Amino acid sequence: MASYRFNLVKRVPQFSSSLYRIARRCCSIYTTPVDTNEPTFDKILIANRGEIACRVMQTCKRMGIKTVAIFSEADRHALHAQMADEAMYVGPAPSNQSYLVMDRIMDIIRKTGAQAVHPGYGFLSENKEFAKKLADEGVAFIGPPSGAIQAMGDKIESKLLAKDAKVNVIPGFDGVVKDADEAVQIANDIGYPVMIKASAGGGGKGMRIAWNDQEARDGFRLSSQEAASSFGDDRLLIEKFIDNPRHIEMQVLADSHGNALYLNERECSIQRRNQKVVEEAPSIFLDPDTRRAMGEQAVALARAVDYTSAGTVEFLVDSQKNFYFLEMNTRLQVEHPITECITGVDIVQQMIRVAKGHELTIKQSDIPIRGWAVECRVYAEDPYKSFGLPSIGWLSRYQEPTHLPKVRCDSGIQEGSEISMYYDPMISKLVTYGDNREEALQNMCRALDNYVIRGVTHNIPLLQEIIAHPRFVSGDINTKFLYEEYPDGFQGRQLSDAEQKEVAAMAACIYLRDQVRAGAFKNENRMPLQPVNPAAWDITAIVQGQEMPATVTENKDNFTVTIDGQTLTVNKDWSIAAAVLDATINGQQNTFQCISRKGDEIKLQYKGTVFKVEVLPKKATDYSHLMPEKPKVEASGEVRSPMAGSLVSISVQPGQDVAIGQEVCVIEAMKMQNSLTADRSGKVKAVHFETGTNVSEDDLILELE
Amino acid sequence: MMRIIRHLGKRSRSLTYSVTIKMAALVKYSRALVRFSKSPPCLSLLRAGCPRFCSGDVISASVHDRIEEKRRAALLGGGQRRIDAQHKKGKLTARERVDLLVDPGTFVEYDMFAEHRCSDFGMEKDENKFPGDGVVTGHGRIHGRPVYLFSQDFTVFGGSLSSVHAGKICKIMDQAMLTGVPVIGLNDSGGARIQEGVESLAGYADIFQRNVEASGVVPQISLIMGPCAGGAVYSPALTDFTFMVKDTSYLFITGPDVVKSVTREEVTQEELGGAKTHTTLSGVAHRAFENDIDALLRLREFYNFLPLSNRDPAPIRPTEDPADRLCPVLDHLVPLDSHKPYNMLDVIQAFIDEEDFFEIMPKYAKNIVVGFARMNGRTVGIVGNQPKVASGCLDINASVKGARFVRFCDAFNIPLITFVDVPGFLPGTSQEFNGIIRHGAKLLYAYSEATVPKITVITRKAYGGAYDVMASKHVKADINYAWPTAEVAVMGAKGAVSIIFRGDQDQAKKEAEYVEKFANPFPAAIRGFVDDILEPRMTRQRICRDLDLLSTKKESRPWKKHANLPL
Repeated sequence: MASYRFNLVKRVPQFSSSLYRIARRCCSIYTTPVDTNEPTFDKILIANRGEIACRVMQTCKRMGIKTVAIFSEADRHALHAQMADEAMYVGPAPSNQSYLVMDRIMDIIRKTGAQAVHPGYGFLSENKEFAKKLADEGVAFIGPPSGAIQAMGDKIESKLLAKDAKVNVIPGFDGVVKDADEAVQIANDIGYPVMIKASAGGGGKGMRIAWNDQEARDGFRLSSQEAASSFGDDRLLIEKFIDNPRHIEMQVLADSHGNALYLNERECSIQRRNQKVVEEAPSIFLDPDTRRAMGEQAVALARAVDYTSAGTVEFLVDSQKNFYFLEMNTRLQVEHPITECITGVDIVQQMIRVAKGHELTIKQSDIPIRGWAVECRVYAEDPYKSFGLPSIGWLSRYQEPTHLPKVRCDSGIQEGSEISMYYDPMISKLVTYGDNREEALQNMCRALDNYVIRGVTHNIPLLQEIIAHPRFVSGDINTKFLYEEYPDGFQGRQLSDAEQKEVAAMAACIYLRDQVRAGAFKNENRMPLQPVNPAAWDITAIVQGQEMPATVTENKDNFTVTIDGQTLTVNKDWSIAAAVLDATINGQQNTFQCISRKGDEIKLQYKGTVFKVEVLPKKATDYSHLMPEKPKVEASGEVRSPMAGSLVSISVQPGQDVAIGQEVCVIEAMKMQNSLTADRSGKVKAVHFETGTNVSEDDLILELE
Repeated sequence: MMRIIRHLGKRSRSLTYSVTIKMAALVKYSRALVRFSKSPPCLSLLRAGCPRFCSGDVISASVHDRIEEKRRAALLGGGQRRIDAQHKKGKLTARERVDLLVDPGTFVEYDMFAEHRCSDFGMEKDENKFPGDGVVTGHGRIHGRPVYLFSQDFTVFGGSLSSVHAGKICKIMDQAMLTGVPVIGLNDSGGARIQEGVESLAGYADIFQRNVEASGVVPQISLIMGPCAGGAVYSPALTDFTFMVKDTSYLFITGPDVVKSVTREEVTQEELGGAKTHTTLSGVAHRAFENDIDALLRLREFYNFLPLSNRDPAPIRPTEDPADRLCPVLDHLVPLDSHKPYNMLDVIQAFIDEEDFFEIMPKYAKNIVVGFARMNGRTVGIVGNQPKVASGCLDINASVKGARFVRFCDAFNIPLITFVDVPGFLPGTSQEFNGIIRHGAKLLYAYSEATVPKITVITRKAYGGAYDVMASKHVKADINYAWPTAEVAVMGAKGAVSIIFRGDQDQAKKEAEYVEKFANPFPAAIRGFVDDILEPRMTRQRICRDLDLLSTKKESRPWKKHANLPL
């Protein structure tokens, strides 16, 4: 009850500026105008949250359709709830109690009188039961018919359907192979290279690749032995081996009048753990013929299942441009904006029109490829751990780089938002475009440099690295790119000597500016100030553990920093209070972000990665050499109660591994829940209390080994 | 090296003094210089402190030589061996510390030639005399502003305090009070000079007396950079701020040996009086730093927040952070569910200049946050309840921590900005038995007594007596704001309903009624107890404007000899 009471206060139009910004920011790319005379829905409910809910609402606003948002407890302040004309509470934070509860959503539809539902992606978007429930109530589902959802939702059925529709599927044989000759025969039928393994072996286990007859014989011998001995199952799987596989997908659009077309491809090969990280459209790899063949097969599949609305047919493409059907996604894809950028088609608008029963007004011949678009998925995750482990937090500072030209940023958050543990940790989809791939990538580099995200760990370091990677720039990518290029995991940008000096120089200039200002008191009237500002400051900048003695001079128009005999000239027109510093070093434009300035430690984000630079007066460094190094003290590995209270929950058990900063238990005291976290990583040695018991101050609750 | 010896030799030719004496002196110098040359920073100091005298006059030349000799000896403190030992312990020497603390070339030393006059226990011997007598005193500048300072030299008799040593400290303190300039003490002393007996004790008391006299006149800062035991601890305790260096500094009345013989407790120096103990458990020290260098550089930063004396206004310096900057991030920072914590430090970082917050006692009584920041360049003192720790309640330690900080700000014209989210005073026998009543009264007293500009923002809960205490309108705060999430009431809904509607079956309904009535800013706003309900994003803008307006505030209290704070 208490939590509702400030809804009115919170609703004052203080966010109008940011809402306006969001509503405006991507309209310019669309070439599909809104026909105001065409009948459409009066009100649409968006059964989703976050950026995709905001994205759908933008088009609704453009089309003059009223919007209804649903929000969970955790999303009470969320942008999508603020943006909608009506926002309805749907349930507690966990999605299986809110965004996935069909009955509640149906209630809200009845209450608000929404005529159609856009499901976004995820949640209920590919749920045929939901589509059916809506149909029963006479509410339009903005998506494909439930038959198509069902057909494409089943992996085996979808492959059979694809085969029938003359779509390439990965050729293969699964069964008992008599002898080596038969294996060679099968391999020749499929065409080399082939992959041979025991059918019973899961994943890539015992997989052998054969490029010729001899290798096929060897593969047969080893795999059949293994099949018999390890699994007691003689069956073998012989399948076309896709070398250097690329993930390329076709966006299709179909209406209920038998029209279907494709909006060209998206290349989504940069993945980690089968999740896309960077996508682009078009693909650098496809030629017009392959594109047309792929597009036509995708359309054929759509027609085969009486598809309507927007969908995506995913293919694996090998190094010889052979493509094979993987699966079809019967929803609006996360990465749809890049297709919109190069085609000018507002896909959501077309989905709404198709759901209303209109015919597609665009023809295949109308679909252009205008320039190039790249999308980076900006996640709240730590890229230094398995290319991204989710992190949560509170955006203490947040600025999207949408002030730059040719940048689109789809997000559902704003400064002050919380990235919670309940949902996908995506912060935004950053899209840049340009006349060609080079320009789009350059714009992406600049956009990433100017993207200010503070308070949560994010993956911009990794994104910036990928965008600038020579192999990515050349277009030589496949789905294993990250694992091939960073076999030991991502380590952050490795600075060259010249770059290291630039970082040191920038930090030195920030230091100098701060020092000069520190003595510029404005109201010391009683005692005359005598600031001692030398002409040249001798300092030491320590970057990545390397001490770099430097001399910094403040001139009328710039700073000069001399490091190791090399002089760097740094411009002066930046502010140390700003988040983004546009610095010109030796005439070259460089973008830095000052993450923090604490004493002599300056954290600078440069080319995506954050570097800690210590700037000390020279004499302090000299003195530091006189003193022995301090041994590092281990964290205690103990979790003690900070106050008396009751243990509401303990989230770990003895023997379990915990990471530093991980919540281990929650104590409630003075009607407030306090989360206690581990002060280092390690295995839990013992838990001394049970949930529900009371603890006194400084009680040892838990120990790590 | 050879060049210096030649130089000395050249001068010796112009002298008619006994060659043997001269030679002895020469040998002594060169030995000292050999040691010196191993340590480059010391050599630079040596050169800086030794103007060369060129006089033809025989007698003055000898005096000059003696001056130079004494100077050199003074600069070398207890000798190279002890200097090396000091470094090995991870500590800088007294002079190196001064060198790092003040602006280059600004240090002016007093009483370099002072020597002890003790004649017992063989102290009268020449080898037991060190010019300066174990403490370096004088004045210098930090970022252009003057400071008096003393730095105890552990290499001379372990930095022990003789009457001369004490006299030197008293001299600069007296001058500091006359001129209105702060005093910084760098403590590194084994304790009293036992050989001097009562004279040493008298020396301590002389310092204590001056600490007290200077209290509230000029800021006094102690940085403990080595041992500080016995009576010596009371000087830092009397000063405004006590900072420590981790791992190398200790403060205790009696060391581990005495503790063991008296109470049979086995305890290490570090456990008994190390930086961790005093910054987390005892609250004796206000902050700890990593090492000498870190401590001295941070001290320079800290010094910039302070006015020079009680005659000066809070300092203002340029800032690049716009005074009218909006803070949209504050709009959603306070959770609507009043049981959910948030970090008051996030609030503070968002509205102050350039996220530059110098927190005082960050690890002690964490349920209240105090520290210095700037608003549009002007130093302010910030006090905030910390909902993240013990719900931000006021307990004994938090009250004392807050009270001392408020009184410092009031003494030195630093405006106070208070952020309130307090559920009340902490209940319990341990609090009551230990006197939460008289300790809580200290914070109430401090706020009521303060006449500096006082601005208060209620972010969420302001319950019960704690509401009154936390710079409410009733204790003469100048401007009080409430965020829309504020709730000013005698207590939370549950407790209140169980009293007002005792025995009523439908407690939930009554609770809702109570929430509707009291859990919002209106009851306070209607009565003028808050001056405005403020959108959180406007907080910085409004406070910056208010501070400009209040900079001419004049408020006086009835004359008294001194007030009687409930100690």
